[in-house]
Amino acid sequence: MTDIAATAAPSTETATLPARLATGFVNRLVIIVPYLWLLFFFLVPFIIVFKISLSQTAISMPPYTPVLGFKDGISGFFAGVRELNFDNYTWLTQDALYFNAYVTSLVIAGISTILTLIVGYPIAYGMARAPATIRPTLLMLVILPFWTSFLIRVYAWIGILKPEGLLNQVLLATGLISQPLVILNTYTAIFIGIVYSYLPFMVLPLYSSLEKMDYSLIEAAQDLGCPPTGAFWKITFPLSLPGVVAGCLLVFIPAVGEFVIPDLLGGSQTLMIGKTLWNEFFSNRDWPVSSAVAVILLLVLTIPIMFFQQAQAKAQEQGR
Amino acid sequence: MIRKALWLSATSAFLTLFTISGHAEDRVVNVYNWSDYIDSSIIDDFTKKTGIKVVYDTFDSNEILETKLLAGGSGYDVVVPSAHFLARQIQAGVFQKLDKSKLPNISNMWDVVSERTAKYDPGNEYSVNYMWGTVGLGYNVKKVEAALGTDKIDSWDVFFNPDKLAKLKDCGVYVLDSPTDVIPAALKYLGLDPNSTSPDDIAKAEEALLKVRPYVRKFHSSEYINALANGDICLAIGWSGDVFQARNRAEEAKQGVEIAYSVPKEGAQMWFDQMAIPADAPHVAEGLEFINYMMTPEVIAKSSNYVLYANGNKASQQFIDKAILEDPAVYPDEETMKKLYTVAPYDPKTQRIITRTWTEIVTGQ
Repeated sequence: MTDIAATAAPSTETATLPARLATGFVNRLVIIVPYLWLLFFFLVPFIIVFKISLSQTAISMPPYTPVLGFKDGISGFFAGVRELNFDNYTWLTQDALYFNAYVTSLVIAGISTILTLIVGYPIAYGMARAPATIRPTLLMLVILPFWTSFLIRVYAWIGILKPEGLLNQVLLATGLISQPLVILNTYTAIFIGIVYSYLPFMVLPLYSSLEKMDYSLIEAAQDLGCPPTGAFWKITFPLSLPGVVAGCLLVFIPAVGEFVIPDLLGGSQTLMIGKTLWNEFFSNRDWPVSSAVAVILLLVLTIPIMFFQQAQAKAQEQGR
Repeated sequence: MIRKALWLSATSAFLTLFTISGHAEDRVVNVYNWSDYIDSSIIDDFTKKTGIKVVYDTFDSNEILETKLLAGGSGYDVVVPSAHFLARQIQAGVFQKLDKSKLPNISNMWDVVSERTAKYDPGNEYSVNYMWGTVGLGYNVKKVEAALGTDKIDSWDVFFNPDKLAKLKDCGVYVLDSPTDVIPAALKYLGLDPNSTSPDDIAKAEEALLKVRPYVRKFHSSEYINALANGDICLAIGWSGDVFQARNRAEEAKQGVEIAYSVPKEGAQMWFDQMAIPADAPHVAEGLEFINYMMTPEVIAKSSNYVLYANGNKASQQFIDKAILEDPAVYPDEETMKKLYTVAPYDPKTQRIITRTWTEIVTGQ
């Protein structure tokens, strides 16, 4: 936001006052769009969910007691504020189930993110170093799987990984194994599913930062006697760090709340927060408790990321 | 940089679809039913006969349907929840009473079924039965014979006896991921009241299920159809019609997989799928006309012949294929019928105990 103002400032310096005001207005308009987006698609839904998390279940439509309505006017609203209670949040602390589910989800998402990075980095690097003429084709190939349904692609993995599936048939036929591998319905299958599904989210930001890299830097390093691996760790990797961070966030955040992949590929023993939320919402019909689970999940995810961003901004300022 | 990278991926990854819904002047009925649950020619015939256009949409779990109904304004005119869920939905005020004067075909209904559905919908004021069935055991005949030395399963013992189930572990056992279907079966096997809401009884059922838990490959409510049909597993606790579907798919595939279904002799749970009209349905008259059409003996018989479930329409039985009508797994004989039980809906507190117990059984936590 401040970047836009800073880059726009020099051009307006020589302009007349009305023109300056007009550009300022256009600039503000440009900023407003993402903020409106956040307001309507993040803040408003969040407030609704938060409001439900403070109510109690009831057998009615919708299945919870109304809280904080404007039915009785402003005074009724403030009377409601005084009656607010956080029972549903204390409930979450009374059963280790929720804590365990959060931890399992974070661990699974963390491991998957690292695996995705390991798989995605060489792909992105290869794309960025490929001749410029075939780069659009390569980019297309990464995006192409998005054109088939996500669900169908995950289903296809069942056919590949099951005991009588494609993978085992190939391995058995080549004599590499004598007993079919049990992969389906295990954590391994979940990792495979997440890495496969989220790979483009990792490759695209990595590619965008690697592509912009100045390769004469590497040549310079080699001229000065730096071995290729050293040049990679000293130059390429640090320069691609913004892409690494963006890719990891794009994979990690949705992976924490992942529901479909563990349901289809994972075993029944996998307890992730998505399934816990499903149980509260659908099996127990307890919209308030499930809303509380969702609010906590959001806090668990956003607070560390906010701290991280702040730390980064500070580091950047110090770098200057 | 990070922001730019995020934007690039966000813009390339997301496609927003806007669907524009138009208003038709023709008469329309919006039906929301289970997937794979009707012979589609019935819908065409209905439109031909009445001129009412049918917008047919499907779901695959009661929970999804219930959430849409509880949120309100679903836009559906006819929905088909299971009776267990229907009962609570009636309490929540989701449905409207059916105008019986618009349903002359109701005289065709079968009292054996109506008596039981009245437990969920007193007086059958809000709903009409579509199909019903049982929760039992589906199995791969050859694989079970190889493992246990018998090709006939007739008791819950094969599942709840750890020694027997251990022998089936390697060829694969699936269980419905549905506590309201499996916990009553455990109670019944233990000789307790399947309707029990006592925490002690539920704890006993949990103990019985935990003993066999190590031998269960997966808890899932739909995957077992394909898994049985492909010969990936040899035993599943499942819904009757789903197992019949697996049986037919296996026959069509001609891979030598033979699937059978058993209603255990100790007794099995009966379930009912009921047609009902939401309180806020936009086309009530058309909805009633649709429900009445579905109670025509020839029509519902055609549906039963296709989906392989028994229906609650007595007059339709003369039009049902003999093989289906005489199959005790679909239409149980009188003696088995006596042993079938129904389970009343749980109060919220018991529901929470049941769900928590279930999570413990399934995940070990």
